[in-house]
Amino acid sequence: MNAPAFSFSAALPELFLSLSGLALLLFGALTGEKSYRRVAALALIALLVAAVLVLFGAGARSVEFGGLFVVDGFGAFMKALVLLGAALGIVLSLDYNRREELERFEFPVLIVFATVGMMLMISASDLISLYLGLELQSLALYVMAAFRRDSVKSTEAGLKYFVLGALSSGMLLYGASLIYGFTGSTNFAAIAGAVSGVVKSGAPVPLGVLFGVVFVLAALAFKVSAAPFHMWTPDVYEGAPTPVTAFFAVAPKVAATALLVRVLIEPFGAIAPQWQQVVWLVAVLSMIVGAFAAIWQTNVKRLMAYSSIGHVGYALVGLVAGGPGGVSAIALYMAIYLFMNIAAFSVILGMRVQGRAVERIGDLAGLSRTHPLVAAALAVAMFAMAGIPPLAGFFSKFYIFDAAVRGGHYVLAVVGVLTSVFGAFYYLRIVKLMYFDEATETLDRPFPASLGAVLAGATLFTFFFFLAPGPLVRAANAAAASLFPG
Amino acid sequence: MKTLALLAVFLPLAGFALAGLPIVAGRKGHGVDRWAQLATSICVGVAALASMSLFWSVGLGHQPTSFELFTWIDSGAFEASWAIKLDALSVVMLCVVTIVSTCVHVYSIGYMSHDPAIPRFMAYLSLFTFFMLMLVTADNFVQMFFGWEGVGLASYLLIGFWYDRESANAASIKAFVVNRVGDFGFALGIFGVFMMFGSVHFDTVFAAAPDHVGDQISFLWFEGHALTILCLLLFVGAMGKSAQLGLHTWLPDAMEGPTPVSALIHAATMVTAGVFMVARLSPMFELAPAALHSVCIVGALTAIFAASVGLVQNDIKRVIAYSTCSQLGYMFFAAGVSAYSAAIFHLMTHAFFKALLFLGSGSVIHALEGEQDMRRMGGLGPKIRITYWMMMIGSLALAGIGIPFVFGLAGFYSKDIILESAFAAHSGPGAFAFWLGIAAAGMTAFYSWRLLFMTFSGHARGDHHAHEHAHESPAVMLVPLYVLAVGAVFAGVLGYEYFVGHHREAFWGAAIKVLPEHDSVEHAHHVPVWVKVLPLVVSVAGIGMSYGLYIRNPAKPAELAARFAGLYRFLLNKWWFDELYDRIFVRPSFALGMGFWKKGDAAVIDGLGADGLAANTLVAARRMSALQTGYVYHYAFAMLIGVVAFATWYFVSR
Repeated sequence: MNAPAFSFSAALPELFLSLSGLALLLFGALTGEKSYRRVAALALIALLVAAVLVLFGAGARSVEFGGLFVVDGFGAFMKALVLLGAALGIVLSLDYNRREELERFEFPVLIVFATVGMMLMISASDLISLYLGLELQSLALYVMAAFRRDSVKSTEAGLKYFVLGALSSGMLLYGASLIYGFTGSTNFAAIAGAVSGVVKSGAPVPLGVLFGVVFVLAALAFKVSAAPFHMWTPDVYEGAPTPVTAFFAVAPKVAATALLVRVLIEPFGAIAPQWQQVVWLVAVLSMIVGAFAAIWQTNVKRLMAYSSIGHVGYALVGLVAGGPGGVSAIALYMAIYLFMNIAAFSVILGMRVQGRAVERIGDLAGLSRTHPLVAAALAVAMFAMAGIPPLAGFFSKFYIFDAAVRGGHYVLAVVGVLTSVFGAFYYLRIVKLMYFDEATETLDRPFPASLGAVLAGATLFTFFFFLAPGPLVRAANAAAASLFPG
Repeated sequence: MKTLALLAVFLPLAGFALAGLPIVAGRKGHGVDRWAQLATSICVGVAALASMSLFWSVGLGHQPTSFELFTWIDSGAFEASWAIKLDALSVVMLCVVTIVSTCVHVYSIGYMSHDPAIPRFMAYLSLFTFFMLMLVTADNFVQMFFGWEGVGLASYLLIGFWYDRESANAASIKAFVVNRVGDFGFALGIFGVFMMFGSVHFDTVFAAAPDHVGDQISFLWFEGHALTILCLLLFVGAMGKSAQLGLHTWLPDAMEGPTPVSALIHAATMVTAGVFMVARLSPMFELAPAALHSVCIVGALTAIFAASVGLVQNDIKRVIAYSTCSQLGYMFFAAGVSAYSAAIFHLMTHAFFKALLFLGSGSVIHALEGEQDMRRMGGLGPKIRITYWMMMIGSLALAGIGIPFVFGLAGFYSKDIILESAFAAHSGPGAFAFWLGIAAAGMTAFYSWRLLFMTFSGHARGDHHAHEHAHESPAVMLVPLYVLAVGAVFAGVLGYEYFVGHHREAFWGAAIKVLPEHDSVEHAHHVPVWVKVLPLVVSVAGIGMSYGLYIRNPAKPAELAARFAGLYRFLLNKWWFDELYDRIFVRPSFALGMGFWKKGDAAVIDGLGADGLAANTLVAARRMSALQTGYVYHYAFAMLIGVVAFATWYFVSR
């Protein structure tokens, strides 16, 4: 083994955030329930500071802590997205938690710890550190799903998520042990060396390694909620408190996608033709489930769950396409996905009739009459998710399909385009509801200011992305390039 | 300078947003109306001040510059940026657009005061102004096309502003569809430019153009001189936007829009975009003599065609619309004999006096509560004296009246230099354009005074009540008229030396390129005296004829119409263009569309495909939702099945 190199500065954002989380926990415990808002504000600041640290620390690729932890451009890009998603998650939760009497200081603290876990996942370069990060994240998320502990639905969501999550962790560990058994290491670089050695020698890839990859892939597919490991998603999204759902739909999704990309490309890049067959199927199934299963939904949170399943399917198309082009398309896709989702959820969080939160799709009827600006913003988000030009969502899909076609995966591109057509049905139905249907009960006015501000920001991004796509595309390209050294 | 340019271009956009926000937010009421009027007018007004300052430093100070705002499209070899190009050509356009736009904004406060949708109207006007400014400050074809389509959109929205009128909707669709034909040519031209030069950036293309003089490309089924084909395609775009013969049919119908719109879009600015485009692309057109000849001939034909139709129209706005069409023809044949500077000069002066005429006619219509038919006017001179004199100034400027070698109104200088340049070009098309232009000048004077006489002189022929209550417009409508009248009187004499006189080479710099052997403006200063005097003589004769027919002997016109009934109907029906197009294009398209719809879409596609597919989709979706049972062990089972299936796949496939 190499001499252990402990460069703490490489993990500065993670260290800072963990310490902040601990300090906030202590602060909250000492000052009691009424400290919620201060803790939330401090957590927000901590997340933003961590984001700044990530962006300033981004540089050349380096592997630290004895090969457990990698810092590179890809990680920086994804971490920045995760931190942004987490920060917005806190902002979005403020108004809702106040009205629903969920103002407990643990909420922001859990978000901070989950975020630390996600950052560790993104930077993992060893199966062990991968597992640690994943569990840190998941444990925090299980609790968050059941955060409204006096609600049957919320506790059911938390329990379901926990049980199925434990099953997926089991699969992950089983897969990891198979891989260790056949390659003799848990380190990504060492695994990559062993696997490419086998491939170069011309011998068939050991079945054990392939099985290991399948198990790991299944576990991670569970985390990104890709079909056929997606079934927890609608139930958990529906049952969890809405701010938690908003957070789930954004930050963990980005982190798990990043982890999936890294695991498949860094250690197992040499057997890409093998795992691409599985990812191909997962992508197709996810796109189909996302497009069709959402059609009959009446609950807007379940709808968003299926929508997110579909989006993961599109992102995975980039993984099948492979190469820097495919990964760059994924990075871009996740970034745009984040903004579209934040916009949609800031509307969902503001849906109230006479003070009580509602979540039926039908409650949006006639929104254009009572809340014209909100309706317009949600329409932009829906058109963007359906992939209609010139909104940002069109470009994210465009780059994905472009990568697929360049990689020769025509079937995948065709399936993707067809499912977007079917998926457009339920996105456009919301627009139709808002603009052409009469409301039975109108939503409350005024729309909460904090949600409105986030909504405005996300909508402006989605709407005007086409004017200057350059910077983000370049950042995504650079991030993807860092995964393919040499 | 950069700040000034940004202010000039983007303030109208800000005005659009400010006026539009309350609409989106669903607010209504007097306060919102006032807000929209003030916000847009002030934004455009400040933009006009910024433009004049730019004219001072860039135009008169000879400091052309351009700067990139940011990259727009960067895909492989294709690169286009948002940029602002400032040279003599674009600052002249900036000033024309913003000054006329400011006048129109202010005028609209009065003219539209009883309309229920004031904020929407003001927002559209500002949006139009923004797109027009994007068009004229573009430094590449793509941004120009963006502005080009944007003004088309704004024009469509404003022609159909009163969307509860069927005729307005039909007119807006007609304008849009006819422009589509032109824009298709323009787009093909841009594609061709990129194919040939590998760039859409003006400076790059212009620098490379001389190296491609000998190139041939094949287009459709024939092969030809590349630059000529490209220029002709681009010119098709200009013909559509500037309503040249063949693609002119939309312009008279566009008068369905509110009158301030006609003044701003369909007289002073948008319709001149084609002329601007040809001038901007002068480095390309100069190398394609055959294309220039086509431009010249089309322009000359348009000038005479539109003037002849204008002789017999009875709607006050349509007379001015045909006049605009005809004047655009002058500008094009000037460009066609390489007198681009004269074309832009006339563009500038025309913007003032034609906007003045339109706003004046708006004032007449306002006074008569919406009456537009001149047969029901008459005797309005004493009632609305200020409007009468403003219209008189506009008509004098349009007819090009002046005292040779002493002083003349705007059109006197700009129209004469065009005709002199056409004569001095000493080419077949030049001579053709010169003689048609002289004839059109006579007609112009005739129909202008016919309009004045029918409207303001004699006795009231229309509704007595309306005539009794005819009233002068409020100050908010008159002040813009004064401003434009000042322009109509002095723009010619002040601009002459810079635009086409001694200082022209220093003034234009590199903005306009003319090959030495094509320099017709230079030769125009040395034409025989009879050429310089002839337009004035013809114009005065036209006025005299008009006086004879409509004041001295008012029964005569009807008599003439009866005697030459065939000719009269030919002109009244606009040379049967609309009927011809209806037969050739519209009806077959309708028949084809009907066939596709009823037989193709409804019977074949819906029957076999869409409806069945939709039903099956719903069934599939329901099945998929049914899988979601809610039981944890079902979910866990699904996950395990998934893993087993994947693992088995490897087992089997190996």
